[in-house]
Amino acid sequence: MSADQASSALSVVNLTKVYGTDIAVDRLTFDVRRGQTLALLGGNGAGKTTTLSMLLGLLTPTSGSIEVLGEDMIRHRFRVLGRMNFSSPYVDVPHRLTVRQNLLVYARLYSVPHPHRRVAELAEDLDLVAFLDRATGSLSAGQRTRVALAKALVNRPDLLLLDEPTASLDPDTGDWVRSYLETYRAATGATILLASHNMGEVERLADDVVMLRRGRLVDRGTPADLIARYGRTSLEEVFLDIARAKDASTDPAP
Amino acid sequence: MSLSRVWALMTRHLYLLRGSWPRLLELAYWPMVQMILWGFITQFFMTHSNWVAQAAGVLIAAVLLWDVLFRAQLGVSVSFLEEMWSRNLGHLFVAPLRPVEFLAALMGMSLVRTTIGLLPAVLVAIPLYHFNLFSLGLPLIAFFANLLVMGWVIGIAVSALILRYGLGAESFAWVAVFALAPISGIYYPVATLPAWLQPLALSLPSTHVFEGMRAVLFQDAFPVVHFVAAIALNAILFVVAATAFLIAFQRARTLGKLLQMGE
Repeated sequence: MSADQASSALSVVNLTKVYGTDIAVDRLTFDVRRGQTLALLGGNGAGKTTTLSMLLGLLTPTSGSIEVLGEDMIRHRFRVLGRMNFSSPYVDVPHRLTVRQNLLVYARLYSVPHPHRRVAELAEDLDLVAFLDRATGSLSAGQRTRVALAKALVNRPDLLLLDEPTASLDPDTGDWVRSYLETYRAATGATILLASHNMGEVERLADDVVMLRRGRLVDRGTPADLIARYGRTSLEEVFLDIARAKDASTDPAP
Repeated sequence: MSLSRVWALMTRHLYLLRGSWPRLLELAYWPMVQMILWGFITQFFMTHSNWVAQAAGVLIAAVLLWDVLFRAQLGVSVSFLEEMWSRNLGHLFVAPLRPVEFLAALMGMSLVRTTIGLLPAVLVAIPLYHFNLFSLGLPLIAFFANLLVMGWVIGIAVSALILRYGLGAESFAWVAVFALAPISGIYYPVATLPAWLQPLALSLPSTHVFEGMRAVLFQDAFPVVHFVAAIALNAILFVVAATAFLIAFQRARTLGKLLQMGE
């Protein structure tokens, strides 16, 4: 194993997903260093969720390879799934269970030692104590997002995949979640892969950005690099340039 | 296979049951209604049918054992549907939960739900109709186990169908088992069926269980041949159903359905 591979939390090579005649992800290649936060950016249908699904083992790639924390994710996903976790506003935890019950179930699924103690820690950290024994479905969107984050952190993951972690949250709650993620990464050295439409969030959290369009990687760089390269003042303007570009001008970057 | 992960998923369903008395009541409701109905039918036939009079509990035993099969199947299918309804499959399968552990948890919940559902009816039948299902003795364990496994087989097959075709196939969870009722010989010997249908009937483990039950009640004899046939057929059908589920699971991973499936 090379030094580069050893320092990679995630390495994706020529990852492709084809549904019939539709190419959802097209020869995607990128890597994420350990402890880095990488953002996947792209409009609707760019392939972000498809890519995340393949990285999580929920979707079988048509071709290509995925290496997560040094393991071949396609062949040996069970060796590494316990060291990853995931949160998405579009995949809820069961509504009829209380917050405590949901977190205990997931703590046990991830074989977390002392699950009750871990749930108490998370409740304290994520300000869930007041509604630990309420049905998850009865919570507000902001509270549910914190519960989803607690579920994603229950196993202290080395690799955290977040699909739009602050979607539909008010600015205050969104800011709180972003601060928490910054603190978590600083404290644990975890690697974070983030798919988001919130450019402010990406500028704040991401060390590196992969821009996707129609399943292809069209550009990559730090937020500051991308802004400078496109001669823009914000990542949102860069995003709009790429999303609205014609096919001819958006060939994959070499 | 990790038993702690199997137990983790079972606790998710146990929390759901524990937190809802209507769910618990629903489990026991139908077996109780069936037992009461067939108890009265038995009382009527005791004076009108020489066959029933020879073994007073034959109809009640049949209905209770049939409910073992039905509850066992529902126990798997409904637990699977709960994960679909709550759109939880995505979270479950990004955890290190293997599909076989998932199936084991569904089967464990099936045993729990079947026991909760049937025990009240079995106990109430004792004072109400002076019929004690436990009087079948050790053969009862053989009958129960075989019907439980056959219920799992049907439940797993239905879950595979739902995983493959989505919630549009949900209704099979409620009706699939009834297609087997006429040829399982629940209330009548398999010899009653037309000759051409009898081989099909005897290819079902349930038919051997009900034939065995009647042998115990009428002749006080445990038919080893039927017992062995039921076990062998269950073993074959279980492998087929589990394989179908694993194929459907891989297909769902290929088509990207695990994140999308739900109401």
